[in-house]
Amino acid sequence: MKPVPLLHEPWRSTQRQERAASFGMWIFLGSEALLFGGLLLAFAATRALHVEGFRAAGRATDVALGTANTLILLTSSLAVAIAVEAARAERRRLALGGLLAGLLLGLGFLVVKGFEWHSDIAKGLFPGGAALQGMPGATLSSSFYWLLTGLHGLHVLGGLTLLGWMGLQAWRRLRPLRSPGLEAAGLYWHLVDVVWVFLYPLLYLDGRA
Amino acid sequence: MATLLGFFCIGGFAAAAIRLELFTPAADVMTPDAYNRMFTLHGTVMVWFFLVPSIPNTLGNFLLPLMIGARDLAFPRLNLFSWYLFVSAGLLLLLSLLLGGVDTGWTFYTPFSTMFSNGYVMLAALAVIVAGFSSIATGLNFIATVHMLRAPGMHWFRLPLLVWAIYGTSLVMVLATPVLSASLLLIVAERAFGLPVFDPAQGGDPLLFQHLFWFYSHPAVYIMILPAFGVISEIVTCFARRRVFGYRFMVYAILWIALVGFLVWGHHMFVSGQSLFASMAFSFLSFVIAVPSAIKVFNWTFTLYRGQITFEAPMFYALGFIGLFTIGGLTGLFLAAIPIDVHVTDTYFVVAHFHFIMVGGAVTALYGGLHFWWPKLTGRMYPESWARLAGLTMFFGFVFTFFPMFVMGFAGMPRRYQVYPPEFQAWNVMSSSGAVLLAAAYLLPIGYLTWSLFFGRRAGDDPWDATGLEWRTASPPPRENFFELPVVDEEPYLYHPEATGPHHSAREPHRNQGRNAR
Amino acid sequence: MSGRRGLLPAEARGAGAILGRALAVWLALVALALASLAMAYVPLGRGNMAVALGISSLKMLLIAAFFMRLRQAEGLRRLAAAACLLWLAFLFALTFTDLLTRAPASQPAPSDLARPPAPTTGEGAF
Repeated sequence: MKPVPLLHEPWRSTQRQERAASFGMWIFLGSEALLFGGLLLAFAATRALHVEGFRAAGRATDVALGTANTLILLTSSLAVAIAVEAARAERRRLALGGLLAGLLLGLGFLVVKGFEWHSDIAKGLFPGGAALQGMPGATLSSSFYWLLTGLHGLHVLGGLTLLGWMGLQAWRRLRPLRSPGLEAAGLYWHLVDVVWVFLYPLLYLDGRA
Repeated sequence: MATLLGFFCIGGFAAAAIRLELFTPAADVMTPDAYNRMFTLHGTVMVWFFLVPSIPNTLGNFLLPLMIGARDLAFPRLNLFSWYLFVSAGLLLLLSLLLGGVDTGWTFYTPFSTMFSNGYVMLAALAVIVAGFSSIATGLNFIATVHMLRAPGMHWFRLPLLVWAIYGTSLVMVLATPVLSASLLLIVAERAFGLPVFDPAQGGDPLLFQHLFWFYSHPAVYIMILPAFGVISEIVTCFARRRVFGYRFMVYAILWIALVGFLVWGHHMFVSGQSLFASMAFSFLSFVIAVPSAIKVFNWTFTLYRGQITFEAPMFYALGFIGLFTIGGLTGLFLAAIPIDVHVTDTYFVVAHFHFIMVGGAVTALYGGLHFWWPKLTGRMYPESWARLAGLTMFFGFVFTFFPMFVMGFAGMPRRYQVYPPEFQAWNVMSSSGAVLLAAAYLLPIGYLTWSLFFGRRAGDDPWDATGLEWRTASPPPRENFFELPVVDEEPYLYHPEATGPHHSAREPHRNQGRNAR
Repeated sequence: MSGRRGLLPAEARGAGAILGRALAVWLALVALALASLAMAYVPLGRGNMAVALGISSLKMLLIAAFFMRLRQAEGLRRLAAAACLLWLAFLFALTFTDLLTRAPASQPAPSDLARPPAPTTGEGAF
């Protein structure tokens, strides 16, 4: 790996470059939010047509694993936030430690999710599966469950790759700690967390009362 | 650029095939299935692989940094990445085409696309999703560039209108495209993994797809036409030697269109079973968005008023644009009115309307812009008389092709039909013959522009005596655009001293934007 | 702004200060997550979803303001975030304008198809 150069074309100062990187990331996050927004709209509109079916499907999900994953992802976000703050303060050990913790927690999220998917299939919780027969709308809800968690899982994977790559570069001292890329990767990770914050009540908490 | 040209030719070929088929009322050139695949190909390629990226990716990529006095776009590597994405999307689409094509129409309406269509819908949908990522990347890059890389003194209200237009376009791209990706992802999920989402048998709502689809695809019209507005503003002011009339209102109109463009999508769904209340809301909002478009047309006209108009080829295109866009826009108002729309839905009236906007508007502006900035792009002048000939042919060929469609559409000829009643044949023959003329007009510039690359007269830095920053550097520009970065302390378009219009044949002294460039 | 030529402006802060503030935000987030879990089991009818989404929005604001540093950001980045919310509102508002005001279905739902059709004349028609 080559060291990452500080100042790229076409920028005149690294400070402006940094602000642009963060701003660019925010625009991208806005775009991502609309991607999930579109899917959540489809979810909400379909749920409005089949409230009872969606409640029944919500009851069928594994709330323990869902809650555990929510906590894992929130904590992972915490670790990354600490890492980014520490990187700004040039506290190398805290920054790298935070990144590592964030990465491990993110991996943990995927592992838990994998087990959950596995048991969902075993329980027949998929469109056309045994557990959902005879509940109008529950099939649709289950479609959304797989689609949303699957797409979110892909985003987790993407975020982990990004963070891991930046972390590796920082660890080998090829990327300065205060590089804008690290902060941008952190922002992306937080967005993945925010998406899950909305998926959690929609997919797991519906119909519990 | 060459990539886009390739797609334009593919889409154009499909259009030619359709027009050939429609020459006679019977089905004689292709099977009905092939006809379906042909118009789907035409729509998909032309919308996503030609019109949406046409002006932003060619002129925008090149001119945006030049016009604001920057060395390059904000994220050059992202720009390249976006091109790779675009090409791979194109290859995916070509693959789906070679395997047998898609027969859903460019709109991919469910439940046909998810349950019944036997074409390669998934591949085509994936291609459009990937192309969408490419356009998000481009839009993001443009927004960051306009915010972060303006030359010193280049205030927001000193930006050329093309920059404003591309900025508005980029906003639409970034905010609308992901919703298209979402809706196509749902189709892919339903087809590939059997996850029913829109399936009415399971209680799904096919209309929901239309909502998601048009949330992107109506603003997409503004992705195509806003950059055209920008190009026309630049050309008209330069060849009329007049300041742009109502510069600030032109800017507000662009932003207003970019914003309200998101609120009118339901006018594509008046007959779909959408609620009447929603239809009325969307109808009202569609009338609202006609206002800024009208502001732009009137302001161009006022810019021309008492100008020293010269008829170079770009001006031919620009004037043609104003006329065609006005017709296209006014017929759009007919369509925004629910009672008329119910009558003409899915007829050739609609086809004629959106071709006036997209082809008469966006493509004409692309050709106009290409001629206007050709000297800057290549350092060579194009042959003027050939270009004028092509411009005129394009205008007449276009009207000849698409105007008959208004008539037969209003008389009830439905779109997407291969076989039609014989009373429409006269109009269809007229339209197909016009298409030949139009095709010639589109091919002609490709020939003489290529010729001018090698044998054209060398162009100076500023062949049009224009005021913009892009004319303050060499033609073609050096690798980093400017030898020395410009500083700006005046508005754009100072073609004549303030408060006095040109009043005799001698040219007024004009002030260029930016100092110490070069 | 400091550090005209630097990287991100350096912020000399101790590890304790960083951890302290981030942990406080995290505690609030975890408390909110558990609260939404608990509230899901309280029968509120339609209120359940409203409460759950309200808590989620609160969590989003916390994450955006503190973890994503939107609190310190200049107007531009806040504008980007606000624009995205505004456009989401467009999408939801107008789609639900249609969805909630649609005329009742004139065709029987597939699940009702098995039942005999209601009589169209005589007493049953009313």
